[in-house]
Amino acid sequence: MDELVTEFLTETNESLDELDNDLVNLEQNPNDTELLSKIFRLMHTIKGTCGFLDLPRLAKVAHHAENVLGRFRDGDLKVTPAYVSLIFESIDAIKTIVHHIGMKGSEPDNDYPGLIARLDAVYEGQDTTEAPAPVSEPEPAPAASATASFDDDIDFTPVRGPDYVEKAPAPVAEAKPPAPAPAPVPAPVATATADHGETDAKAAAAAAQTLRVNVDVLENLMTMVSELVLTRNQLLQILRNQSETDFTAPLQRLNHVVSDLQEGVMQTRMQPIGNAWSKLPRIIRDLSMELGKKIDLEMIGQETELDRQVLELIKDPLTHMVRNSADHGVEMPAARAAAGKNETGKIILHAYHEGGHIIIKIADDGKGLSTQRIKEKIVANGLATEAEVATMSLQQIQQFIFKAGFSTAEKVTSVSGRGVGMDVVRTNIEKIGGSIELKSEEGKGSTFTIKIPLTLAIVSALIVESAGERFAIPQLAVRELVMASHVGENRIEVIKGTPVLRLRNHLLPLVALDELLRIKIHSDIKRENHYIVVTQIGNYSFGIIVDRVFDTEEIVVKPVCKMLRGVEIFSGNTILGDGTVIMILDPNGIARASGEIESGDTKMNAHAGDLAQSSHSAQKTALLLFAAGDAAPKAVPLSLVARLENIKMDDIEYSGNQMLVQYRGHLMPLSPFNAMVQIENQTEKPVLVFSDRDISLGLIVDKIIDITEEHIDVQVGSSNPALMGSAIINGEATDIIDVAHFLQTVNRDWFKNHGDDPFDTANNIGISRKKRILLVDDSPFFRNMLTPLLSVAGYEVTTLESPIDALKLCDNGMQFDLIVSDIEMPVMNGFEFAQKIKSHGQWQDTPIVALTSHATPQDIDRGHQVGFEKYIAKFDRDTLLNALSQTLASRDHAA
Amino acid sequence: MSARINARNNADNANASAAVATKDLLTIIVGEQLFGLPILQVQDVLGPQKITRIPLAPPEISGALNLRGRIVTAINLRDKLGMPPRDAELKYMSVVVEHDGELFSLMIDKVGDVMSLSDADYEKNPATLDAGWRDISAGVYRLEKQILVTLDVPKLLDSIRV
Repeated sequence: MDELVTEFLTETNESLDELDNDLVNLEQNPNDTELLSKIFRLMHTIKGTCGFLDLPRLAKVAHHAENVLGRFRDGDLKVTPAYVSLIFESIDAIKTIVHHIGMKGSEPDNDYPGLIARLDAVYEGQDTTEAPAPVSEPEPAPAASATASFDDDIDFTPVRGPDYVEKAPAPVAEAKPPAPAPAPVPAPVATATADHGETDAKAAAAAAQTLRVNVDVLENLMTMVSELVLTRNQLLQILRNQSETDFTAPLQRLNHVVSDLQEGVMQTRMQPIGNAWSKLPRIIRDLSMELGKKIDLEMIGQETELDRQVLELIKDPLTHMVRNSADHGVEMPAARAAAGKNETGKIILHAYHEGGHIIIKIADDGKGLSTQRIKEKIVANGLATEAEVATMSLQQIQQFIFKAGFSTAEKVTSVSGRGVGMDVVRTNIEKIGGSIELKSEEGKGSTFTIKIPLTLAIVSALIVESAGERFAIPQLAVRELVMASHVGENRIEVIKGTPVLRLRNHLLPLVALDELLRIKIHSDIKRENHYIVVTQIGNYSFGIIVDRVFDTEEIVVKPVCKMLRGVEIFSGNTILGDGTVIMILDPNGIARASGEIESGDTKMNAHAGDLAQSSHSAQKTALLLFAAGDAAPKAVPLSLVARLENIKMDDIEYSGNQMLVQYRGHLMPLSPFNAMVQIENQTEKPVLVFSDRDISLGLIVDKIIDITEEHIDVQVGSSNPALMGSAIINGEATDIIDVAHFLQTVNRDWFKNHGDDPFDTANNIGISRKKRILLVDDSPFFRNMLTPLLSVAGYEVTTLESPIDALKLCDNGMQFDLIVSDIEMPVMNGFEFAQKIKSHGQWQDTPIVALTSHATPQDIDRGHQVGFEKYIAKFDRDTLLNALSQTLASRDHAA
Repeated sequence: MSARINARNNADNANASAAVATKDLLTIIVGEQLFGLPILQVQDVLGPQKITRIPLAPPEISGALNLRGRIVTAINLRDKLGMPPRDAELKYMSVVVEHDGELFSLMIDKVGDVMSLSDADYEKNPATLDAGWRDISAGVYRLEKQILVTLDVPKLLDSIRV
């Protein structure tokens, strides 16, 4: 039977019982207007609900009874026993119908015309003095015993009893909902009906076994059981410290009973997740009509049970996500057919238990997330710069859909696209200690995986110690524990004060709990070992440094006192087995407080298997390693360094705040790499000289370490503008410095002060307008490296990741003075790109220069054939700049 | 209606003639000062307790403690009242009060007696009283030897925020 109907029946039965009592009261106190209103409301509710559920007969009786009650209420009809009897009769008719629905699943074949006529007569004021009331007394408990009261009820409706009994089975056969597996063979209807009736009777019997209990009662019970669990834990703790006592055996028994009790009480709060899904098929149906899509909704694991509190909390996020899948995910039938997919899209909801959690997957086979559109949106919303976006992995980019105000839907529909979506979903899920992950493949579809705890009341938590204080970390967020020391394999390294740990070839950002909580004890004795609690929230992993790790304990989460609600690092507090109070840490709060979630949700995707990044990081770059200030090694691409010099600190002169040194007959501005580089007299310091024509900039560092060839794979970004980020180089976490920062800030400022054009005529192309250069290179590193170089050299630079994008710009009518293109690129390589440009379109005459790390004679030949003007090795910056200016100059002369 | 008011007035008058109205206060000592709390608000008086520190909490919150399975937030009244902390070897006593459904333990130096104080001795806070004290006090009583400052528990606790 429809769940809604079942619910309606339960409620109506309750209302009817109340009505009985109320009517008896009313008869005795005919002037109690409050009571009258109440009765009226009850009848009205029944009528209203019937309308919804398509129960016309029931609605009709209720409607006419309500009319009469309305006149009572308005005071223009006196409440007389005769009228009350009439109402009783109506109630009995309603009971009969309700009962029939409960038994057979449909309304009985009886319109009660006599009753309705009499009700109408009373309503219309034809005072049919003492209407013939065949009903003598109300039936007190009609639902008590199934068949018995059924028969009794028939006696109550004397109008056409036998008739009704005969006809009853007929509508059942009709109204029976399509069975899940309709028998193809015309099965003997009689048997089928009989079976059906039997099961329904059983269901009705089962209904008599259930009891509606106020949720508050259950909550209260749960709280008390939680306390009992705590007390038991305390007792067991005491017992553990004692040898065999008389208490041992009874305590063990108590232990088991309490465990069973806890489980039992938890069971009362469990509800199948199907309850939260029941509305979804309808929503999907309406949506597909509205949007003109074809969508199948498949639900697996509806019977999976979870705590009703959790259920309530995830209901809305789930609905929202399914709507999203239908609206954004699944394409229009035509588009699906064009993409070679079945016209009917599929959304699969799958719930199952895993450990102490529930996993809910929402998968669609739609178009997936458009990385490009998210990127554009990120830049448009100012959440990150284009350059930052270019260095991000696919996972990182996709994470942005969980940001506030982020919707990639092109149009705002009534369904979604208002940008109040996934961020709220994530917040709600995280609020209950859950996490949400996203996997999406463009063109194939998206899958959201939600992991939530079974219950919120009792959680398993890891007890840790930091600075002598104990804290609980919910086990749900804990991935693994790592023991780290200052020496040896698992060593905590520091980049500009930020600790990191190398974990399976990735850098794991770390948060020291004592620093975060500002409880650090300053002592000279350094701890030998630390424990790192590797914590994962969604796709973001980080480590929490603690001093010690104890056991895991089942704890009852109690909310923190109201005046501490502002401290978002704590999700609650609890009492441990030994009776002490302990604060429960909120991993989400820690991630937020340590600022790492804000700066880019997933700098670190240790296990994400990142495709996007690995594709363009195979190239090796010569790097100069040096030390400055703190211990972490720094690296800069060797190609950018003109010379290395040792300069006496005594030789430094000052112009305003700017450090200068006389160098090869010129004044060279100097800048210490950072404030930690000590400038002391009598010492010499190495200086990296970045040179551009006869203008140079010196960067003072502490020590030159080495020159090495490595491929750069920036793993952890940096908020420090002087750094591009951190990478593993020579097996050590190394800061990659951003030369652009020094060139642009220090150099330009200095030149501005001197009112001079930094780049003289040797490099000048003679025209006041800046020359526009299009740089196409799939490697974000080189785009980052070359962009500042070219812009400092006076060009206006547009960078693109792929030739495909470049061709789009061409079609859009963008004009460039010169194109610089990489050769090795995925999808379309430089040769093909050049061929395309030279073959047609408005860029036919635009000179194009190849930039490559492979410069074999064959390549150069081929390059010239397809139309490359020049062929330049990637790291040869002087040649590049020369080649560019020459190419442009020759063009200008020719023109 | 009016009859009822009259009745109450009469009762008050009767009281007044028999004895001046009194209030029962529990006296506590913090620093050198005598304070009073309405006795009905006090749930418990505790000796020194094991308190769990709460990092990042406002300074006047000393931590949390377990009182028969309920978590109680400990407030250091000395800190709240702008007094220096006690010497390390001296322990704190506590009075437990309920506010807004939560329990708080007010850490004090000493607990005094329960006193019935006459309304006649009551006075509003002196206008010149320290603003921090004025905000959390509900007036003073002139006692024979000293002045007793009453504490307004809801105001006191509501004034503590992160």
